[in-house]
Amino acid sequence: MAAQRKMQQSKYTADRLIPGSFAGETVTRRRFMTGTAHGAGAVAAAAFTLPSLAFAIGPIFKETPHHWSVAGSESLFNEDNYVPVVVTITPGIGQVGKTTIYVRKHNDELDTDRYDKDTPYIAITSRCAHLGCSVRWVDAAKRFICPCHGGVYDLLGERVAGPPVRPLDRFFTRVSKGLVEIGPRFSVNSELRRFSPRDPGEPIDGIGQYLYPSRPSIRI
Amino acid sequence: MPKLPAPPIPPALKPPPTRPGEGNGRVSPADQAIEAGTSVVNWVDERTSLSGATRWLLFRKVPKGTNWFYTLGSATMFAFLSQAVTGVFLAMYYRPDANGGAYESIRYVTNDVFLGAFVRGMHKWGASVMVVLVFLHMGRTFFFGAYKYPRELNWVIGVVLLILTMVMSFTGYLLPFDQRAYWATTVGVNINGTGPLLGPYLSDFLRGGAEFGATTLSRFYAIHMLLVPGAIAALIGAHLYLVTKLGTTAPPWLRAKQDSELRKVEA
Repeated sequence: MAAQRKMQQSKYTADRLIPGSFAGETVTRRRFMTGTAHGAGAVAAAAFTLPSLAFAIGPIFKETPHHWSVAGSESLFNEDNYVPVVVTITPGIGQVGKTTIYVRKHNDELDTDRYDKDTPYIAITSRCAHLGCSVRWVDAAKRFICPCHGGVYDLLGERVAGPPVRPLDRFFTRVSKGLVEIGPRFSVNSELRRFSPRDPGEPIDGIGQYLYPSRPSIRI
Repeated sequence: MPKLPAPPIPPALKPPPTRPGEGNGRVSPADQAIEAGTSVVNWVDERTSLSGATRWLLFRKVPKGTNWFYTLGSATMFAFLSQAVTGVFLAMYYRPDANGGAYESIRYVTNDVFLGAFVRGMHKWGASVMVVLVFLHMGRTFFFGAYKYPRELNWVIGVVLLILTMVMSFTGYLLPFDQRAYWATTVGVNINGTGPLLGPYLSDFLRGGAEFGATTLSRFYAIHMLLVPGAIAALIGAHLYLVTKLGTTAPPWLRAKQDSELRKVEA
């Protein structure tokens, strides 16, 4: 019985009989040195790895300030058709930060949806809701058509044909000193209800709004 | 090594054979050069034992039936080396500047630098060659059954290398920063975003924000030239270590010898 108890020695003092060890110590000095050396190495590695990782993934959690840019004077737009204008959505990077959007005046007959009541202008993005190619407004067909994979949208930006998973995104608009200004982007579901903006390819009907959450970097 | 036949030189022009004892004490410069080279190699080998490692790596037994299909792995590695070398030198001219500088630097490489179009062409077409070779090598491994025990881990490493090669293709495509590059990357990042829950965050990570911005290009550039090549080089090392340690397989059409046949040969 006593011999058995001796066999079940603590693993921390298994090397207790090596030279330099003494009876009664709970953790041998060799094991202590090994532990501190490994621990110091781990701390040193973490000291440069963790800040670097946080540095790289930081933009995911950064809130970007809302940016308003001028689309043009009010006389430029009408109630019945879209006018393409180029606005800056990401300032500071020149041409790459610009995008084409389609703007028309709010039309009480067309824009019957209650969500549209407070917007003086309807501004629709040119980014296809499928994978982000540029759609163009084809006046003859009264459709937005995407050249990449054949997405087609109607006058309100709702999907008519092709692979897009939701209507075209829109922008907030406001009028200031006779100039139409374009604000942050927002997404709409198939009932044209507003949601925080999503990336193309992300459905927001039903369970989609939970599977593809909006992120801090883009939330409105 | 068999002795080669003597060339047909007229006897009068042949150098006279050395008489016994004549060459003693005098060493030709060629002999001296060989001696110097040998002693340098010996000096290094005595301190590193590299010759043993080289022998272990290169002079190993290969099964009967080894054929040209077995060179696809090396071909892939040389495609990677070609990409690495041309990429390093392209980086001497490339400028990851989203405000027009990137396109301008690529235009300069292609049109103005001596052999610029050639080196850039090697990098561009070599990328496709590497992807094709990776898949051929994978197909060879699959159809020869070379992924089976004990080589499963090498298959797993190979699949990771395949994915990293895809990451290289994806990130490299943006760097010329023309219309094609921009829209292909837009579509590619949005495809990443269609993964549920984590997809939108992955898109943000790739772009460095919610929109395609000033840091997106430098982010892709850093991933393309620093992060992934280092990982690929390290994993190729592990891949080759396992190939050397485990050996290669015989082609499936060769039947294993019966035990009795093996004994017959030995006796």
